[in-house]
Amino acid sequence: MRIICPICGERDLREFHYEGSSKLIDRPDAEAGLAAFHDYLHIRDNPAGINEELWSHEYGCRGWLLVSRDTNTHEIMLIKLVRDVKFKRPVNEA
Amino acid sequence: MRYSAWQIFKNGLTGGSGWKPFWRTPEPKKKYDIVIIGGGGHGLATAYYLAKNHGINNVAVLEKGYLGGGNVGRNTTIVRANYLLDGNSQFFSHSLKLWEGMEKELNFNTMMSQRGILSLGHSDGQMDSLARRGNMMISQGDDAELLSKKELKDFVPYVNQEDPRFPIYGGLLHKRGGTARHDAVAWGYARAADHCGADIIQNCEVTGMIISNGTITGVNTNRGMIEAEKVGMAVAGRTSQVASMAGLKLPIESHVLQAFVSEGLKPCIDCEISWGAELFYISQSDKGGLVFGGDIDKYNTYAARGNLPAVEDVMEAAMALMPMIGKAKVLRSWGGIVDMTMDGSPIIDKTPITGLYLDGGWCYGGFKATPASGWCFAHLLATDIHHDVAEKFRLNRFEKGYLLDEEATGATPNLH
Repeated sequence: MRIICPICGERDLREFHYEGSSKLIDRPDAEAGLAAFHDYLHIRDNPAGINEELWSHEYGCRGWLLVSRDTNTHEIMLIKLVRDVKFKRPVNEA
Repeated sequence: MRYSAWQIFKNGLTGGSGWKPFWRTPEPKKKYDIVIIGGGGHGLATAYYLAKNHGINNVAVLEKGYLGGGNVGRNTTIVRANYLLDGNSQFFSHSLKLWEGMEKELNFNTMMSQRGILSLGHSDGQMDSLARRGNMMISQGDDAELLSKKELKDFVPYVNQEDPRFPIYGGLLHKRGGTARHDAVAWGYARAADHCGADIIQNCEVTGMIISNGTITGVNTNRGMIEAEKVGMAVAGRTSQVASMAGLKLPIESHVLQAFVSEGLKPCIDCEISWGAELFYISQSDKGGLVFGGDIDKYNTYAARGNLPAVEDVMEAAMALMPMIGKAKVLRSWGGIVDMTMDGSPIIDKTPITGLYLDGGWCYGGFKATPASGWCFAHLLATDIHHDVAEKFRLNRFEKGYLLDEEATGATPNLH
């Protein structure tokens, strides 16, 4: 598996760290309650097909990547920088 | 037919004409008391113990492929009871006791070989940790023995103790651990369950679950609808997929674990060795092949093949542990899909759907759990009460905070 980093170009899998589901970038609000945090921390769709996931280019630019990858074939459909993706959660005004 | 020396003798004289298939190939009935999805080790053991311990034999085991074609045929065949945490330790202790009686119980040669499992330590801290683990194992009623550097030299002289990066300080020997012939375990349980009356239905894929008012009443399959009072899922690797047919989302990620076997060699490794610097384990099969493996590939996947970085890690570990292995050729490698849970421990529990039960999340340690998993899942299916030794494998432990996190790495499935 090779991953095309939007900053560094195509690199070997060894340079990347897999963090997990992309839902990890949408941390619930601190007041959201137990059910929301349980879902965030533990529950995963775990699809056999396109998985939205977070990788870090740890031994490269150290950028966080949002990757759409087919878990049946390892084919990568889309890679974006997390910073370019609008977070669903509104930015805390404080 | 009961297997015995007499039967071998008799069939030897009659050209083997008396040998019969291990199990029948029945057509699925319209309705069963209990349907088990998944004809692997756990599902077959469950069917056997349902009949044996609870007298329930109107049971079907549905297998989408061929019997024993999943993870029960793709593992490194290691059997052990060296767990640390309360909840895991009594379960795996119970499992090891069942392993020890399995061949007699099933009247089947599962080639159980208690050749010992040696876990190595590479620092004073790691030796303290091994001593603690050993004490926990002994207090659980299992066996453990701490070996010094000198004793290790006599026990496994080929291990490279003076590796500059990971020198070996000693090890923990678990003598009752060992290996078993994985296919024979599946066949043995299948034969025994079939004799007790369970229908083992191969090439029967569950395509949907029939649920009304929060209660399951049956499953749809590619061979028609099958009604059931209760349905048990034992489909490790595919648990999320099967559970999603019932609308359930689980604390599980699917990952691939690779394993390797070398060409057949003369006997050289007479125990199972676990390196302590990284996850790496090796034993020698009765055919002579060195069977070894390491960590999972660390990303979600359903492709039963891994990538090269994980292969490289395993080979480096092998060379660091025993440089002599460099002369052996790798014969083949393969991958199996494992359910990694959020705390690295399994789940045997009811689900929010009445009548639907879950046995899964075995991470990469499902093989050694096979008998106890079947025993406890059968207990839950038959009585609706958790078996004492599987009491803590609850689905809601993640929400309630009663995690069984043996590696203490938190909600990171790829690190367990």
